[in-house]
Amino acid sequence: MHSLSNRRGWGFWLQLGFTLLVCALLTVPMAMSMLAGLTANYFVGLKSGLTLRWVEEVLRVYSGTILLSLQIAVACLACTLVLGVPAAYALARRPGRIARLVEELLMMPVAIPGLATALALIVTYGSVGDLRSSWLFILIGHVLFTLPFMVRAVLAVMGSIDLTTLEEGAASLGAGFLRRFATVVLPNCRSGILAGSLMVLTLSVGEFNLTWLLHTPLTKTLPVGLADSYASLRIEIGSAYTLVFFLMIVPSLILMQGLSRRGRPSV
Amino acid sequence: MPDSVMQNSFHLDAVPIRLERCGKTFAGGARALEPLDLTIHGGETIVFLGPSGCGKTTTLRIIAGLESPDPGGRVLFGEEDVTALPIERRNVGMVFQSYALFPNMTVAENVAYGLKVRKVARADRGRRVEEMLDLMHLGEFAGRRIDQLSGGQRQRVALARALVVRPRVLLLDEPLTALDAKLRDSLRLEIDRLLRGLGITAVYVTHDQGEAMALGDRIVVMAKGRVAQVGTPREIYYQPADGFVADFIGTMNRLGGMSRGGTLSIGSATLPWSGPEGAVELLVRPEDLALAGEADGHLGGTVAAAVFLGDRTRLVVEPADGPALTVDAAGRSELGRGDRVWLRVDPARVLAVP
Repeated sequence: MHSLSNRRGWGFWLQLGFTLLVCALLTVPMAMSMLAGLTANYFVGLKSGLTLRWVEEVLRVYSGTILLSLQIAVACLACTLVLGVPAAYALARRPGRIARLVEELLMMPVAIPGLATALALIVTYGSVGDLRSSWLFILIGHVLFTLPFMVRAVLAVMGSIDLTTLEEGAASLGAGFLRRFATVVLPNCRSGILAGSLMVLTLSVGEFNLTWLLHTPLTKTLPVGLADSYASLRIEIGSAYTLVFFLMIVPSLILMQGLSRRGRPSV
Repeated sequence: MPDSVMQNSFHLDAVPIRLERCGKTFAGGARALEPLDLTIHGGETIVFLGPSGCGKTTTLRIIAGLESPDPGGRVLFGEEDVTALPIERRNVGMVFQSYALFPNMTVAENVAYGLKVRKVARADRGRRVEEMLDLMHLGEFAGRRIDQLSGGQRQRVALARALVVRPRVLLLDEPLTALDAKLRDSLRLEIDRLLRGLGITAVYVTHDQGEAMALGDRIVVMAKGRVAQVGTPREIYYQPADGFVADFIGTMNRLGGMSRGGTLSIGSATLPWSGPEGAVELLVRPEDLALAGEADGHLGGTVAAAVFLGDRTRLVVEPADGPALTVDAAGRSELGRGDRVWLRVDPARVLAVP
């Protein structure tokens, strides 16, 4: 023990090296890609100089996809809040086999490949009015995919507080159901609702599998545009596009981490 | 808190409660409560006492409106039939074992909640909350969050929150169970003073016989969904209706005896007797068995254990035959394991179960 704690043996350096290698494996491509977006000429390399030209190009050509992605993400958040919070509440208040079964079923859209879900949506609703060409079609797919994450996040917090007794306390003071829900249930589930909301926003903005099948040339989202630009334009533009995407998504990821670190509210 | 101040500024109506054939069968068919008839007088503190699963909490929840009785059962507050009303429309105050305070609100906001629901004007609300917090010695905690309070403080906030709306009845569901022993004693005294001062009808549920004896005007002892006995603490203690009540409240010794023609034989002694004839089982409290000398003792035995409790020494004495007896001796008693002792029985303080 003595020698181990004082002198770091070869085991320590081996582990450190391995950890750094794995980290590099994950971060280097990201850094390279973002750097490529700022390089004047990728094939010449960094010595060609750094420029914001490509970022400007992306914002000019693809601002429509960025706005649509944000629009869908916000709408998706609204839908998952309206559907997911009451669903989580119902599941939390109803112990029993049926509630657990519903909970498992809710996870299905996560387990099934996005392409399969998208195909199912197209087969079922593709011919309903103008839905196929509307952004609402993508929204439906996103809600289907992100709803389980909202329900799970809210359910986790609801399970950690004694919701039944809190509500009985409020009822004994004369509060009817809607009042109890608004003044006692929702505020005490705030951390779960916040965590779920950030999750939904992040997932919706980055969603590609479903969206790739559901989109039309007039309803392109950011990740679809990204795929297009990689496939058909200069690699610098695709990379600059990735950079923009990162700038949008990273703040919400950091917020999400902060929330989960702050932990559950003590009762 | 001076009682006179409390009585003048804050006194609540004494509404009687009547339960008529209130039974409860749960969805699985399990019978939690046999049909129960009970009148709780206005202003009375009644304690439901029993082991877990005896139906005491179910009864409280039926009175509260958190459960409804099986069809045919009725709950009346005064002359009003409240059976069909949910809890939020019964105007009851309720205190829970786990406090049920709202963690998203401060102490003052918790206490103000019921007044807000009742749409009491802001100025009036502030004054009443302040009054109530002072009454419960919580004035300095008004702005605190719930998780910054100790268990005893939390339960005082819960009491304040329940009382500030001037409920028709106060319902307490094991309010002291989550607290440690010392806090439990001081808060029990506080609750006792509060209930006496307020004059409110109170229903208190507990499994702790000490709490029941200290707080109850009357005690309802329950077992397996039935009422075993209703009576004042003294009646329950000195005249238990059956063996279950006798064992549940305090410590009870059981002695075998034989009575014939106006005399009762216990051990080597024959005593005058006016109870039932034949072989009887006798119930005796530890404090009603006295240590005596060999000449005037009725029953000999050997000390199997001696526990020093400060004010007294509790002895476990094994007689020549029959179950061990618990006897209280003076605190300074030097008796110990293996000593030979003699006990006297006062036949007037013995209960006979035929």
